[in-house]
Amino acid sequence: MHETALSLPVVLPEAVLALGTLLLVLYGALRGERAYNLVTEVSVALLGIVFLIVVWKSRPMGITFYGAFADDPFTRFMSGLALIGSLVTLLLSLAFMRAERIGGFEYPVLILLSTLGMLMLISANDFIALYLGLELMSLALYVIAAYRRTDLRATEAGLKYFVLGALSSGMLLYGASLIYGYAGSVNFGDIAAAVHDHRSMGVLFGLVFVLAGLAFKISAVPFHMWTPDVYEGAPTPVTTFFASAPKIAAMAVLVRVAFSAFPGISADWRQILVFVSIASMALGAFAAIGQSNIKRLMAYSSIGHMGFALVGLTAGTVEGAQSVIVYMSIYVVMTLGTFAGILMMRRDGKAVETIADLAGLARTDPTMAFYLATMMFSLAGVPPLAGFFAKFYVFAAAIKAGLYGLSVIGVLASAVGAYYYIRIVKIMYIDDPAQAFDRRSAVASSVLALAAVLVLVFVFAPTLLTNAAMAAAQTLF
Amino acid sequence: MAEAVLFWIFSTILVGSAIAVIMARNPVHSVLFLILAFVCAAGLFLIMGAEFLAMILVVVYVGAVAVLFLFVVMMLDVDFARMKQGFVEYLPQGLLIAFVVGAELVYVVSGWSASPKAAAAATPSGTLSNTAALGQVLYTRYFYFFQAAGMILLTAMIGAIVITLQHKAGVKRQDIGAQVGRTREAAVELRKVPSRVGL
Repeated sequence: MHETALSLPVVLPEAVLALGTLLLVLYGALRGERAYNLVTEVSVALLGIVFLIVVWKSRPMGITFYGAFADDPFTRFMSGLALIGSLVTLLLSLAFMRAERIGGFEYPVLILLSTLGMLMLISANDFIALYLGLELMSLALYVIAAYRRTDLRATEAGLKYFVLGALSSGMLLYGASLIYGYAGSVNFGDIAAAVHDHRSMGVLFGLVFVLAGLAFKISAVPFHMWTPDVYEGAPTPVTTFFASAPKIAAMAVLVRVAFSAFPGISADWRQILVFVSIASMALGAFAAIGQSNIKRLMAYSSIGHMGFALVGLTAGTVEGAQSVIVYMSIYVVMTLGTFAGILMMRRDGKAVETIADLAGLARTDPTMAFYLATMMFSLAGVPPLAGFFAKFYVFAAAIKAGLYGLSVIGVLASAVGAYYYIRIVKIMYIDDPAQAFDRRSAVASSVLALAAVLVLVFVFAPTLLTNAAMAAAQTLF
Repeated sequence: MAEAVLFWIFSTILVGSAIAVIMARNPVHSVLFLILAFVCAAGLFLIMGAEFLAMILVVVYVGAVAVLFLFVVMMLDVDFARMKQGFVEYLPQGLLIAFVVGAELVYVVSGWSASPKAAAAATPSGTLSNTAALGQVLYTRYFYFFQAAGMILLTAMIGAIVITLQHKAGVKRQDIGAQVGRTREAAVELRKVPSRVGL
């Protein structure tokens, strides 16, 4: 690929986002508290513009900043997904933050900074760029987890996330330094050349540490401990954000590191990821059963889904990479839709979060119940919804790569997991109705409806997504 | 020879003061020992020829971080006796983890080998000092990383303000415009004070 020292068209999305964010910080600092609405609306527009720049076809691709920054179809696809996640989160936040009286222009600004970190993370082509992107993304996330600082649960969530996140960053850095010591370079291409057929203990230890650091960010078992508490404690729009965009970015960088830096020792990282994947799927399936808080349930659900996505990565083939991309795309649609539904769970002006609050929703609000049920069936992987195809592609790739044991365990975990999703449908359709929810907000209900429609119609044109994902995956090989 | 002697002196003091940091009863002494440890580490860097890292360590860690620590320790009423309460309780687990990690480290380092195809080391050629070499690449070749680090620091700053700043009602703030706009007539009132009567 074309390599340059500095090429503005290649880094245009990041440059526009960074400049726009700085201007918004300046405006917000001058205007104070009153700036919240305008800053949020401009932030949404800015993310929209950056999204258009990312998917703009005639913009040149290439590697720039002396090999630190790679803009290729994979970068563009995953950046686009992450931007959709951030944009929808911001749209969903507007009404919620106003209703809960959590103002402050810093909230949209921190989301923008975190998104900038994600774009840098997805396009990172060496370990320094990776680390800086990861830190920028995470630092903003720690702060927005504790954004409602008068709430004890939110500050606990922020502190827990921060301490564990700092630990995982340390592990990642240590691993990267061991790899640098062996390969003599932090660039993924150089590492791949140096670690091609010759192995050493140092590289293996480095690989384990790097994978541990990244597994923390996608909350895969055994680095998942923070997820339920943080998801439950943070305000719901923040949880929506945590469950969508950062997961995309972290999974993208995991895929890139695995395929472009360590293709020579793929047997080693596949072995590690098989374990992580099985553990995540199993924990996601069993630990969610006893949950009564729907945000906590979604936390375990996301742990399980990361396990399923990793199944595709463990296949180690181009079909595997494609299936991970497809899985993450469908995952982000399902997650955003479900959380839009959770955001609509308001009674007497207050947000409610227990599953029991959904009782008899089919009678008080049949439309919302139908959409939410669609989301639940899709998350469970019931054909012919999109969630089924997501799982189908990862398991097809795994079976093609000869991972029969992993596939069998995965399908079993999926069957166990279906129980708690379908239990929610049962509560909505069969139980006696609880008091009706407040009037639905227009934004949240249109996000939920759109997600439900996407999930329903995916079966008619799956090639639209799979072909794009294939084109993105092929750049890594 | 002189290098070896200096190395042993610096490393002995470094290890000794590092132990003293966690053993000292008085937290102020702990911070002072920490500063000593930093200075010795800077000396070790100098022996290795990394003069830039040595100076940064002194300027940033001793000059800024440790002094900040000292302020925090002196100004906040931190109950160190209570913080140390769980020390003995957690000691076995801590020692176990330290032992495992230490064993792993020894295992990795003892069998260390660089890749036969490793990229060539990026040592500056000729008589350029480390600092000059860093200055040549920091804003050119590593421009991207420099900017990214700037964004991270900005995020940290915004985050610290978001989490700690409180808008209290009734706080007196300096209003420079009002201060400058004061005239002599508005601010000073002249009265004739009669003797032995007062105002």
